[in-house]
Amino acid sequence: MDNINIDTLDNIHLDVLKEIGNIGAGNATTALSQMINKKVDMSVPKVRILEFKELSDILGGAENQVVGILLAVEGEIKGMMMFVLETTSAHNLVNLLMGKALNTFEEFSEMDLSALQEIGNIITGAYLSSLSSLTNLRIHPSVPHMAIDMAGAILSVPAIEFGKIGDKALLIQTGFGEGEHKVFGNFILIPDVKSYGTILTSLGITA
Amino acid sequence: MNDKIKVGMADLNACLSPGILTTLGLGSCVGIVLYDPLKKIGGLAHIMLPDSTQIKNNSNVAKFADTGINKLIDDMVRLGASKNRLVAKLAGGAQMFSFKTSNDLMRIGDRNVEASVKILRRLGIKILGQDTGKNYGRTIEFYTDTGDLFIKTIGKENKII
Repeated sequence: MDNINIDTLDNIHLDVLKEIGNIGAGNATTALSQMINKKVDMSVPKVRILEFKELSDILGGAENQVVGILLAVEGEIKGMMMFVLETTSAHNLVNLLMGKALNTFEEFSEMDLSALQEIGNIITGAYLSSLSSLTNLRIHPSVPHMAIDMAGAILSVPAIEFGKIGDKALLIQTGFGEGEHKVFGNFILIPDVKSYGTILTSLGITA
Repeated sequence: MNDKIKVGMADLNACLSPGILTTLGLGSCVGIVLYDPLKKIGGLAHIMLPDSTQIKNNSNVAKFADTGINKLIDDMVRLGASKNRLVAKLAGGAQMFSFKTSNDLMRIGDRNVEASVKILRRLGIKILGQDTGKNYGRTIEFYTDTGDLFIKTIGKENKII
């Protein structure tokens, strides 16, 4: 299973990986929804296999300003997990949580930033713990770190990690949104090459 | 023709004046610009990793500082540049997330810059300007008619090196 090839994954594998995204993101959106006390919708997860030069297109282009919360995943699965919001959405989310008027787009205060960080903590935690119970694999997330910058710059971090083993990145991406207050974002799980073999095996699928 | 030539992550390209080479949202990767000021031939590589010899899967030469710089020089020489006239400018190599681990991975920006500088020195290519490190992303544009490297960041003044 170590020698799994990204290019030859068939539809069954892709469906299983999508389901992983579905369950992980489902738990994460539930956590988010409870925090803001609003219904949060979720899109159908996508499994994407991208060349590095295409990678930043998934977040609205390389220069699009986003808030990225990144954590390293270790244990029986390795990789990274990202929670990404457009800056406007991040403002709306903070405003909702802090009971501020919507459409206040001042600079993020220290308080706003730590609220965002905490949201990232809870949500990525919910995603990964459901993944861990589903696969019965031990997963240790690192402390999440936040950066507000160009999408391309933020994605360069997981991309470089992939660059060590291949020329493409596999990611499981699920969008979510809360329409009325315009909070839209993405959960992205980026397992390393060995780990999606591990995930598939744990679910009884042979590659 | 003023269309900008886009260079993606792990990608490189070279062109003649008045071509403009650009790469968007450089994070921990390094943008290496080479320039022949006489012939006004420019080249840009967006490298991800310092050293191809440390990695098994190294078929994409544009991904690494060592092989990327060499390929870029070859491409530029093919366009008519002279190898011993080349000068360089560097941007990128940021540390986007402040992970405090012993893990070398999080220092990758610095390592990319160090490797690029070392290789350029070894090749005798003078580095005319450098905007590297820190913790933010950069978009760069290189103007082959003037040799200016224009650097844009979010929430900071643009600069030219």
